[in-house]
Parts: sequence; C-alpha cells; structure tokens
Amino acid sequence: MTALPNVAFTQRRAPARVLPGFNLTLGYTVLYLSLIVLIPLSALVFKTFTLTWDQFWAAVTGPRVMASYRLTFGASLIAALVNVVFGLLVAWVLVRYNFFGKKVVDALVDLPFALPTAVAGISLSALLAGNGWIGQYLEPLGIVLAFNPNGVVIALIFIGLPFVVRTVQPVLEDTEKELEEAASCLGATRWQTFTKVIFPSIAPALLTGFAMAFARAIGEYGSVIFIAGNMPMVSEITPLIIIGKLEQYDYAGATAVALVMLVISFMLLLVINALQAWQRRRTGASS
Amino acid sequence: MSQQMSHKHVSTTEPAWVRFSLITLALAFMFLFLVLPLATVFAEALRKGFGAYVEALQEPDAWSAIYLTFITALIAVPLNLVFGVAAAWAIAKYEFRGKAFLTTLVDLPFSVSPVVAGLIYVLMFGAQGWIGPWLQAHDIKIVFAVPGIVLATVFVTFPFIARELIPLMQAQGSDEEQAAIVLGATGWQTFWRVTLPNIKWGLIYGVILCNARAMGEFGAVSVVSGHIRGQTNTMPLHVEILYNEYQSAAAFAVASLLALLALVTLVIKSVVEWRHEQAMKTVTEAPPERPEDSLNSSMASISQEVIQS
Repeated sequence: MTALPNVAFTQRRAPARVLPGFNLTLGYTVLYLSLIVLIPLSALVFKTFTLTWDQFWAAVTGPRVMASYRLTFGASLIAALVNVVFGLLVAWVLVRYNFFGKKVVDALVDLPFALPTAVAGISLSALLAGNGWIGQYLEPLGIVLAFNPNGVVIALIFIGLPFVVRTVQPVLEDTEKELEEAASCLGATRWQTFTKVIFPSIAPALLTGFAMAFARAIGEYGSVIFIAGNMPMVSEITPLIIIGKLEQYDYAGATAVALVMLVISFMLLLVINALQAWQRRRTGASS
Repeated sequence: MSQQMSHKHVSTTEPAWVRFSLITLALAFMFLFLVLPLATVFAEALRKGFGAYVEALQEPDAWSAIYLTFITALIAVPLNLVFGVAAAWAIAKYEFRGKAFLTTLVDLPFSVSPVVAGLIYVLMFGAQGWIGPWLQAHDIKIVFAVPGIVLATVFVTFPFIARELIPLMQAQGSDEEQAAIVLGATGWQTFWRVTLPNIKWGLIYGVILCNARAMGEFGAVSVVSGHIRGQTNTMPLHVEILYNEYQSAAAFAVASLLALLALVTLVIKSVVEWRHEQAMKTVTEAPPERPEDSLNSSMASISQEVIQS
C-alpha cells in the first residue's frame, strides 16, 4: 500500500535530483551572463536616461541619422530578399542534385561565417572598384557597384547567404518524397508540386532564414564600411553614425542611436524565436 | 512519353535541362559572391610579388597585431568554453522556471550589432563611464587597452559554444549520467567520463567557430581599441589601418592570413561535421531510450562505455 506511491514519487523526481551540479552550473551561467552581457547592456539603457526626451528624440531623428536608417533597413531588406532566392537555390541544388565538387561547395557556403568581415569588406571593394576584376567590365557600362549604396547591398548579400542556406537545407532534407510522388501520381506538374507541396513545408524555414539574414545585416559594420564610400546622407549606415558620434565625444548621442538599434535587434530576436518555434511545430506535426 | 511519366524518377525530380540550369545558376552565384572575393584576397596580396608579401608580414606592427590576436583568442575562447559547458549542463539536464528566457538571453549577443557591443564597454569602463573614474584613480586601463579588446571579443563570441552544446545535450538526455551517478561515480567523474566523450564533436565544432570569430572580430574591437599601432591593434584592425593608408598590398597580405584561418576553419568544420554524423548514425541505430525504463538501458550503456574505453 505505501510502497507503490513511493516508487512512483522517486521515479518522477529522479531526473531533477540525481545529477549534481545544478546550483553550480546555473549559478555560474547567470553570473557570467550578468557580468559580460546584462550589466554592460543595462549601462547603455541607464546612460540614455541622462538625456531628456527632447534631446533623445533629436539625437535619434536627426536628418543624417534618418538617412542612415533608410539605407540600413532598405539595403538589409533587399539583401535578405536576394538571399532568400539564391539561398533557396543553393540549398535546393545541394540537397536534390549530385554534381562534381558538391562537398566543397557545401563547405564554402559557410565562408561568410568564417571570413573576418574586414577581409570581406576590402576584397569586395577591390573586386568591384573601377580597376577590379569585376568592376573593370561594369564601369564602361555605367554600372557602379562600389563606394555607393549598391556596395552596401552587395556586402550584406555576402554576409547573409549562409543563414538562409543553413536553415532551409535540413528542412529540405527531411521533406518526404512520398508526398511528391503522390502529387505526381495525382497529375500535378513538377512546378505545381513545388509550389503546392514542397514550398509550404519549407516556407517557415525560409522565413526564419530571411529574418536571421536581415537581423545580421542591420548590425553589420566591418564588411560594409570599406565598400560603402561612407558619404553622409547617401551611404552612411547606422552603426557608422554611432562610431562618428563617439569620435566627436558625443557619448549621449551615440548611446541614444545605439539604444534604438538594440531595441530593434531585440525585437527581431523575439520574432526569430517565434518563427523557429512555429517551424518546430510544423515539422513536428508533419513527421 | 507516357511510360516515362509513370517512371518513379520522373515523378520526384526535374527534367535534365532544368537540373543543369539550376546547378549552373547556383554555382555561378557562389563563384561571384564567394570564390572571387576569396581569390581576390590572395591575388591582391601577391600583386607586388612574393618578396613584398613576406616583407609585409615581417613588419613589427604586423607581428604585434598577430600576437595580440592570438592572445585575445587564447583568453576569450576558454572563457566561453567553460561558460558554454556550464550553461548547456544547466539548461539541458534540468527543468527550471525561466529556462526558455535564459536560453534567449544566451543568444542575445548574436543579435546585438558589434558596434553596440563595443560601445557598452566604453560606457562601463571609459573615462566618462560607470566605473571609469574609479579605474582611473587606481591606474587601471580597460578601454583603449588590451582588456577592453578581450572583453568585446568575449561578448561577440559569447553564445557560440553554448548554442552548439544545448541542443546536442538536450537530444542526448541524461540517462547515461544518471546511471553513472547511481553506480557511484562522482559528479566530476560523470562529466569527464560520460558527458564529455558524448559531446566531444559538438564541443570542437563550437570552439573552432568561436575561435574564427574571436580572431576576426572587427566592429566591436574597433570601438574599444583606440587604434594604437603596435599596442592595441588586432589583425583585422591592422588590415584597416594599412588599407586606409593606401598600402593595399600590405593590407591584403595580413588579410590573407585571416583568409587562410577561415579556410582552415572550414576544413576542420567539415571534418567535424562528418565525424559527428557518423557518431549520430551509431546513436540512432541503437533503440531509443525512455526515462521510465532508464535503469536497465543506462546500465547497458554504461557497461558499453566501460567496454569501449
């Protein structure tokens, strides 16, 4: 009579109690997180409180700052959309087809993660400048891709590509061939099968990859500043505005713009988390 | 024609010309956006000949930048390694309130702009910062000195190892560890002998990615460095200075070292992924274990561990 509930009790509680180290690891995690991330980030928030609302508003909505938001968000949006198209293409080709050198191509997708951003920046600008390998053919045609907003978009495409490929690739690998066979047996063309069967199943991953590439692009600095030309009002990204204000010892102004960026990136992080949860539910339901 | 349509291969793939065009288009895109920039680095570095290349790398300022980069990574990566293992142990092995929120916070540094990451340390430790005056009174330099560079690097590489280990350890569960404890192992013994061999590949994977970012970080380090030549310049910052001084070949010479680092990182990463896949295959081939019947199966797996080691 008494033995039965006892066994059930210990079995249910066992996973939480048997393993040692909960207090140590959680304590260390929270301490380290606070010291490295949370306290310094809160310094940013408190520094902004030294400004009045009017000062804050003037700092974050000045004409140069507004122009930088337009460039940063516009270029990030275009770059992330290009990455969705070509990222899907690369992921599709890597998962579905066989060709010579596939393993190398697959490894190369991660190059933008591994290559330092400053190196990417100077090599892209050398490539696209008037005397560069690509620039020399484009300049006679009147196409200028370096030292203007076009350059910003190109650098952001480079930076964001792996995000889309690496989120879509595993989902594409897990899609069930049986569904495609069924669609084909029911008379669907290959294109109909793609748009009605395959695409809906990879759409959440594609959207997640888009959001990740977009979020990364907004904060990107190293690869962009070498190729942007950095003309005020024209090709100045928001992170560069922060650097510019810092160099003029306008700490409060720099902090205000940084807070705007921080809030935006935090909201994007929450969106990405929600998208990933959605994706997990979708794939969990289908398999 | 109709016979072909009913054939199994036709139903789940595209006509040959579509396949060919898609592969060509994807490879052309990869060539333009990834291969050409990489090739440019080496071509520009060797533009003035191999002698000039070697000379650019032997410059004392270049050497001190290389030295500082290695020192920074040597401090930042182990710090984040210890944190990553501790965080993954706490998050993957236990249930507690606020776990999802804590996981989100661990990811937070990834979404913060590198420039903002540098700025927050200037606001903490700079002359006008929170504890700046106290540091000045005690003659401790953090910002515009090496400690600031290390801190900014730790921040931007913060989640790398933790986010590799958390999903891995969650997938593996804690049956094997519980069995080890039940059989009388101490916590440390369990970690070293049971957990560590299981997470080995994920750990190496996280470490090399963390290291690549630590050595290559530009934005955050640029804000806190102060750009003192020969003292607070890392390799990426040295590249910037040379490039802005129109010493293009020298800039690309230093950049080529970083590009080599990136290539080595990609090779190790591919090898680790392959080894990890092999390991996962042997795990998934074994029957799935449930917490309810934990004792028997984990006894079996612990004895397997013993036999293997």
